[in-house]
Amino acid sequence: MKVLMTGNEALARGAYEAGVLVASAYPGTPSTEIMENFSQYEGVYAEWAPNEKVAAEVAMGAAVRGVRSFASMKHVGLNVAADPFMSFAYHGSNGGFVIITADEPNMHSSQNEQDNRLFSKLAKVVCLEPSDSQECLDYMKAAFEISETFDTTVMIRVTTRICHSKSPVMMGERKVPEVKVFSKNPEKYIMVPAHSRKRHPVIEENLLKLASFSDKTDLNGIEYFDTKVGIICNGISYQYVKEVMGDQASYLKIGFSNPLPEMKIREFASKVDTLYVIEENEPFMEMQIKSWGIHCIGKDLFPICGEFSPELIREKLLKIPSTSTYENELQAPLRPPVLCAGCPHRGLYQELGKYKKKAFFSGDIGCYTLGYLPPFEAMDLSIDMGASITAAQGFQRANEWATDSQDTLKPFALIGDSTFFHSGITGLINMTYNQTPITTIILDNSITAMTGHQENPGTGISAMGNIADKLSIENLVLACGIKKENLVVIDPYNLEETKKAIKAGFDAVEPYVIISRRECALIKEIQIQRAHQKCQVNWDKCRFCKACIRTGCPALQINQEVNKVQIDSVQCNGCTVCLQVCPFKAIEKGGDLA
Amino acid sequence: MKKNMNILLAGVGGQGTILTSKILSNGFLQQGYDVKMAEIHGMAQRGGSVTTQIRVGDQIFSPVIEKGQADIIVAFEKSEALRWLDYLKPDGILIVNDYMIEPFTVSLGISPYPYTFLNEYSQKIKHLHVFNAFKTAQDLGNAKSMNVVLLGAIVKYLQLDMIDWPSVIQDQLPEKHVAINMKAFHAGYQQ
Ligand SMILES: Cc1ncc(C[n+]2csc(CCOP(=O)(O)OP(=O)(O)O)c2C)c(N)n1
Repeated sequence: MKVLMTGNEALARGAYEAGVLVASAYPGTPSTEIMENFSQYEGVYAEWAPNEKVAAEVAMGAAVRGVRSFASMKHVGLNVAADPFMSFAYHGSNGGFVIITADEPNMHSSQNEQDNRLFSKLAKVVCLEPSDSQECLDYMKAAFEISETFDTTVMIRVTTRICHSKSPVMMGERKVPEVKVFSKNPEKYIMVPAHSRKRHPVIEENLLKLASFSDKTDLNGIEYFDTKVGIICNGISYQYVKEVMGDQASYLKIGFSNPLPEMKIREFASKVDTLYVIEENEPFMEMQIKSWGIHCIGKDLFPICGEFSPELIREKLLKIPSTSTYENELQAPLRPPVLCAGCPHRGLYQELGKYKKKAFFSGDIGCYTLGYLPPFEAMDLSIDMGASITAAQGFQRANEWATDSQDTLKPFALIGDSTFFHSGITGLINMTYNQTPITTIILDNSITAMTGHQENPGTGISAMGNIADKLSIENLVLACGIKKENLVVIDPYNLEETKKAIKAGFDAVEPYVIISRRECALIKEIQIQRAHQKCQVNWDKCRFCKACIRTGCPALQINQEVNKVQIDSVQCNGCTVCLQVCPFKAIEKGGDLA
Repeated sequence: MKKNMNILLAGVGGQGTILTSKILSNGFLQQGYDVKMAEIHGMAQRGGSVTTQIRVGDQIFSPVIEKGQADIIVAFEKSEALRWLDYLKPDGILIVNDYMIEPFTVSLGISPYPYTFLNEYSQKIKHLHVFNAFKTAQDLGNAKSMNVVLLGAIVKYLQLDMIDWPSVIQDQLPEKHVAINMKAFHAGYQQ
């Protein structure tokens, strides 16, 4: 019987059926649900790691020991894991080793659009690209066979539309291969220069074998229909192209994209009149095909930026523009993502925003990044995970040389708990080691909220639901060298306390840390706890000054008929931030709070 | 059922569009159709626009619907209908939940809410159905089952009676939610 699965569910299922015993991941859209699903299976070890480098190395160690393992991450996660990824390519595997990268054409939830197929070329490892959920399952199984047969890392590259689309899947049985023997072998496992020099030629030889496998495998399949138009495509582009062209074209669908099947491509090119290469983002296949002297049309016609769609293919290939019946004179209101009602980040930003003319806010990545938006506008920089603390130090060091008025901007670093564990700690060590006087605020909502509430070292629960000791952020901060008197812990629901701490942080002349601690209001237990905690507006006192509205809380609404503010009791969970900012004491505690 | 059908659900994070599409797509699958479903959810957990798209037929390639190709659009929040209207086929069906969630951009005065757009579009859209599914669900005793009220309306207007929806609902929902959602489904169907 077939079941509907997302690509991510199918990848997890494929890993399970392939007999994977160890897997590690750090969350990141659109990859997160791979581990969330895999950890639900019996008879596996699954974990959340604090970052992608850790995840990759844990999985590598397991492969060396002789079991099948994988690590999964979003595309930018592979940047963090790039060091072990590049080096381990020389080691090969023992038990099969797979790294899953979930790329994001169009950046639905990401900071860049990097095409990680290029990473497979750089590292000289295999790249597989499934185009629907069934292939996610099948390719995952094939990946382990290839990894073990050719003693190589296999990278599975998926994109958002593959990860988050559902299609029917036929499941199979799980087969766990016997754990392989680990034999000590320094020449294979210790990459000192002498060994690496021997391994590199082995890898090059391996690539030739893999290229000839790529020519033979069904993972690269030709479908001949009309041969006037031939299309080489991969991943989701295959589905779009089939949708638009049906049997009006012939196809070479690339599922095994590094190394490419040169002979198959030459054969296909010779049989069709005009050859197109249709791939999202980088001209990864096109550049190689052109380097073989084969004429093809690719990025001259199809954009590098953004994602494809059937209408884009139709427009470019058939010159038929998309039509819509309804020209919209009216627009839907802007509905950007917002900090939720009761979000603990709101109280902090409410006070922090008051410093926006006097401070430089070096931000990071998480729900709290939304603090850059109105009404707070309390974030000035965001590069990558962990960069808040470090970039703030550079800003401060440059401040010291500046002659313009900018030198009065005091740097604050803003970082979430999960991000702090991911890559903030080394930055904090740098801050105390070099005694750079900035103030770091750790926004501890006790969960990895942005990616959908994954556990982390601070929550005390592992991916498999085991209870671990909660990692104490205070102890970590002190261990990194922050003086006791320069560390304060606040509750951001208490605006007075928050204001005082920010003032102290602003005035500090030594490295200073504020931990802003309050659980995310969406955590299930917290939702239950706060279900009946409400605020309400007393219309007799409300003068409609909108001070509360300027906290940006989505539970606050304007009642057009009476020109007063009202609070949506479904969303409100009684954080009282609006109550504290109301100059007329018009907002009162209700429900359990009263 | 028509050869290929495209269904687009639009709403705001937290409204339950995903559950509705899960029930729909599983119903189609059990009936032997090929189904693909795509969802994009914005950055935050709540508050942003969300859409799920279902494509069903004998053989489906693309999981996403093209502009002007949706047989039906269901706006779980009133103004979300406008955001996706150019995906509707000329003779397509538009179901609008007469229920507003004003984004904070409206309260802050950054972006106007199109309160009256339905009056203007009622002439242009042949198959427009407007009702308050939130109120229907609330009257039944659980506002959260609004998404299943809307499911009932979809089944009715797309004439999908060949599928045994109550049994699909039973399969897809936890036992304790089945009874209330059965009521919600029938209320939506009788709309
Ligand atoms: C290298 C990298 N890995 C993963 C992500 C995806 N990601 C974005 S924010 C985030 C977690 C944020 O959690 P936290 O710091 O606790 O902040 P919160 O969202 O809870 O406010 C993750 C995993 C990323 N952007 N970059």
